[in-house]
Amino acid sequence: MLKLSRVTKEYDGVAVLRGIDLLIPRGRVTVIIGASGSGKSTLIRLANGLILPNQGTVEFMGARVTALTALAFRRRMGYVIQEGGLFPHLTGRGNVALMPGRLGWPSARIDARVIELAELVRLPVEALDRYPSQLSGGERQRVALMRALMLDPEILLLDEPLGALDPLIRYELQTDLKTLFTSLGKTVLMVTHDLGEAGYFADEIVLLREGAIEQRGPVAALIEAPATAYVARFVQAQRSLIDNLTRPPT
Amino acid sequence: MIRGTVLLLSLWLGYGSSLEAREVPDVIVGSKQFTESVILGEIATQVLRSRDIETQHKDQLGGTRFLWQALLTGEIDLYAEYTGTLMEEIFADRLQGRRDLATLRRVLAGEGVLMSEPLGFNNTYALGMPAARADRLGISTISGLREHPELKFGFSNEFMARADGWPGLRQAYRLPHRAVIGLDHDLAYRGLASGSLDVTDIYTTDADIQYYSLRVLQDDRGYFPDYRAVFLYRADLTGRQPAVLPALRQLEGQISEETMIAMNAEAKLDKLPESQVAAGFLRKRLGITADSRRVGLSTSLWRHTVEHLTLVGISLAAAILIAVPLGILCARRPRLGRLVLGGAGILQTIPSLALLVFMIPLLGIGTWPAIVALFLYSLLPIVRDTCTGLRDIPPSLLESADALGLPRFARLRLVELPLASRTILAGIKTAAVINVGMATLGALIGAGGYGQPILTGIRLDDKGLILQGAIPAALLALFIEGAFEFAERWLVPKGLRL
Repeated sequence: MLKLSRVTKEYDGVAVLRGIDLLIPRGRVTVIIGASGSGKSTLIRLANGLILPNQGTVEFMGARVTALTALAFRRRMGYVIQEGGLFPHLTGRGNVALMPGRLGWPSARIDARVIELAELVRLPVEALDRYPSQLSGGERQRVALMRALMLDPEILLLDEPLGALDPLIRYELQTDLKTLFTSLGKTVLMVTHDLGEAGYFADEIVLLREGAIEQRGPVAALIEAPATAYVARFVQAQRSLIDNLTRPPT
Repeated sequence: MIRGTVLLLSLWLGYGSSLEAREVPDVIVGSKQFTESVILGEIATQVLRSRDIETQHKDQLGGTRFLWQALLTGEIDLYAEYTGTLMEEIFADRLQGRRDLATLRRVLAGEGVLMSEPLGFNNTYALGMPAARADRLGISTISGLREHPELKFGFSNEFMARADGWPGLRQAYRLPHRAVIGLDHDLAYRGLASGSLDVTDIYTTDADIQYYSLRVLQDDRGYFPDYRAVFLYRADLTGRQPAVLPALRQLEGQISEETMIAMNAEAKLDKLPESQVAAGFLRKRLGITADSRRVGLSTSLWRHTVEHLTLVGISLAAAILIAVPLGILCARRPRLGRLVLGGAGILQTIPSLALLVFMIPLLGIGTWPAIVALFLYSLLPIVRDTCTGLRDIPPSLLESADALGLPRFARLRLVELPLASRTILAGIKTAAVINVGMATLGALIGAGGYGQPILTGIRLDDKGLILQGAIPAALLALFIEGAFEFAERWLVPKGLRL
């Protein structure tokens, strides 16, 4: 589905990603994880051509993502960022219907799609007539998800989609997202810094460290067979405090 | 945003076309910005009208240079001038010391301008000071001023600037005074009355000499030349309107100094409109019953309102059309943006009066140069606020728009401009309010508007007239503030106002 070959990205001469080779397989959930500054957000932006690599290539469905092709590809990729990135001057419905409207969808088709997706992301339809500032954080992410899904994209790119939410709402949305991924069977590329969340969603986890892939594999492999000392430390650091509190030290 | 611009534009184009439809006069008379010139302009106008020549009087257009330029470019066909001004100011370098009317006529003809015979009176410059103060200090001549370097001089701006004015006078009499300021002629009289000034330049036919009890200081070195009033007219006028010349000739030698002082006093002290003063003179002296066309308050208010709105509306609409794209450019290309903002900023620093005057050689006088000047002034606030509004959009929203696959222009139209609309509108509001105030200066170059009664009011020391311009201008500014509140509700998306 998505293929990154020897991708290097620099900002002002500082390499943020160095020679990344990565294949995102169709129909699977791949989660990029890493500390801040490890290059995970850069990687997801490269995927839909918001930025272009200094070296190496990004391919989507076998075709190279360039400045020229990116625009068309983006319409086939749903993208959700941390706080949703909803346009404050449009209602939920306005946000969701922006692209289909531009592409000339008849309003009946748009309405049908909106109802279908609202049900899918479990958002009451009335909420769509409110403006982003009138919605809760969880509702905003649900609208953002609808907007990303509107054109029925082949891949969903999610950059810390739950990062700014309260724990309870976050938990609720995690469950709903998981159900959604399963029922849609879409290819998903997601970024998070939370190992638990990564493990919950991922078929495969890619752990980044300073712009390079440190280890990739299912969550169990990272926990049980860390490839390096860094991975072991990363996993240890992310074990929840509750674990330590409830299990007496051995 | 686009809706708003289109609406504004169509509104003002409507005004514009109604202006074009006005009757085109056969002859346009100009006058300078002081009462005597306006009266003489009115007299010429009414004499021509009495001969069925359709004549328009563009009154109080500005200073000498202004009228002279307007005559050369054909903005006006004739105006009253003084021989001294022509010799000392306009042709000082071309007459080579010859100061006779025949030489003057020849030089004028070279410019395509003809001159009538003198009308009679000599309105030369003189220096005046309050009689009581002059008596106390024992000053009766200009030379006498040399002994009192502490006296404060306030001269009309024109007198300060022209070669035969203060610079020459100071040299001829070797006057040591340092406290010398330039100000409006009519304000100078009030300065004398209040004691903040001691000496000013006066004209020998000023009505104010008596009114303010001034002592006219004797020109004991014979410095000031003759300033005989004449009419200057374009050489092509005699061919175009043969009836003009005989009509003007009737006036030659008819206006004595006493007559002129009396007319000035009627206008300035008795507050008769110049048109009525001129009509009275023509009736008594020449037995001509002229059409003085007195205009009622509501008619003149309406006319000034239309003129003012035309100035503001067209200049603002054009500024919006140009400045919003420039603002977008600024936000897109920061380096070019700094250049554009710098340029607009420099325009803003040019004093408004200077900018208006710069327009004259390029565009002549009247509505268009004023509109261009106002347009230039309106650019900066709109460019700046458009640029700021666009730059302040959170990058995450732009990224979201890109990620959706919105092309550049669609992103601008559907996301960026709506998000920046409140700031852009604020810039337009600033420009509009500045514009309303600035447009009152348009009257100085013959563009009319609320500045016209203000200008006349200052000249005639008539507070009522000043208020006739100042109150509507202030109300218009308030109205525009209010209109923008309303426009905000209509143009700024609801989601941004929650």
